[in-house]
Amino acid sequence: MGANGETVTVLKPQLKLILAAVIACMAMTAAPRVAMASGGGGLDEGGFVSDVLGGSHPLFEAVGFYLFGGLAAFSAIAICFTKDVVRMAIWLFATLGAVAILYFLLTAYFLGVIQIIVYAGGTLVLLIFGVMLTTKSPSMQFAVSKIGLAAGGVVSLLLFAALMGLVLGTDWQRGEPTGSIPVATLGRDLLTTYLVPFEVISVLLLVVMIGAAYLARQERE
Amino acid sequence: MLEIGLNHYLVLAAIIFCAGVFSMVSKRNAIGVLIGVELVLNAVNINFVAFGKYSGGNTSIDAQVIALFVIVLAAAEAAVAVAICTNYYRNLNTIDIDRGDAVSG
Repeated sequence: MGANGETVTVLKPQLKLILAAVIACMAMTAAPRVAMASGGGGLDEGGFVSDVLGGSHPLFEAVGFYLFGGLAAFSAIAICFTKDVVRMAIWLFATLGAVAILYFLLTAYFLGVIQIIVYAGGTLVLLIFGVMLTTKSPSMQFAVSKIGLAAGGVVSLLLFAALMGLVLGTDWQRGEPTGSIPVATLGRDLLTTYLVPFEVISVLLLVVMIGAAYLARQERE
Repeated sequence: MLEIGLNHYLVLAAIIFCAGVFSMVSKRNAIGVLIGVELVLNAVNINFVAFGKYSGGNTSIDAQVIALFVIVLAAAEAAVAVAICTNYYRNLNTIDIDRGDAVSG
């Protein structure tokens, strides 16, 4: 309910439909790949179907990249031009989901699943809680001055031009692309080669948990 | 054009990175700034994983582990930042970052 008692619709019906379609597409793309990555492989091994579902078919990769890469870029740009914080969070959800699918296309299956669980399931919910804890009315917005918008736009466009010059002006070719890594290898490396950073990040998570609880606590006098 | 290579992913990551930078500098809501930071971190992660895949050799594992650490750090950063935002709101009664100039000269 808004300030004057009118209901504020957070999402338009069309947007809900698009979101549902995106989630369905994500599930359809991810499910067989996760099954294959976990060693299922019940489909015809090395045949066309497993080729296409496994992402090794170039057509599948191209279609997937342009579909979900386009979605990621579109929703990232939509965040820039959205005033409402809740809508920004919804667009961020679309970006995060599309990036997870890109991880699947890059054959980083474990990372794709972690992206969905930690980002879409944890960080995004935390952000929405932050929005709810720091607003008086759901439709609250801050106006940004024209000159500030222009300066920010110029800076980020210059940055984009510099990055594009760097990306397109460099020959990045360094050998053949590698295939997918089994999750077991990743886990073993995490507890052998990367044991020190792994332990450090565990301590960091503990510190963050205590620190965040301390910062957010309600002071009682 | 149909063959997807490293450049495609780098261009996409550049777009998302610049969208994140623009969100960071143009939002007055602190949560909006945080959303921009998340975009930047995601763009960097795409770069890591794409470089790892297309560089050949054993770099793919390194890239994925680093990306994993970035995701963990992003989650930790978001937790602390949201705690700071609630504190900020309690003290100033607004989430507008332009109002947080109490210690500036």
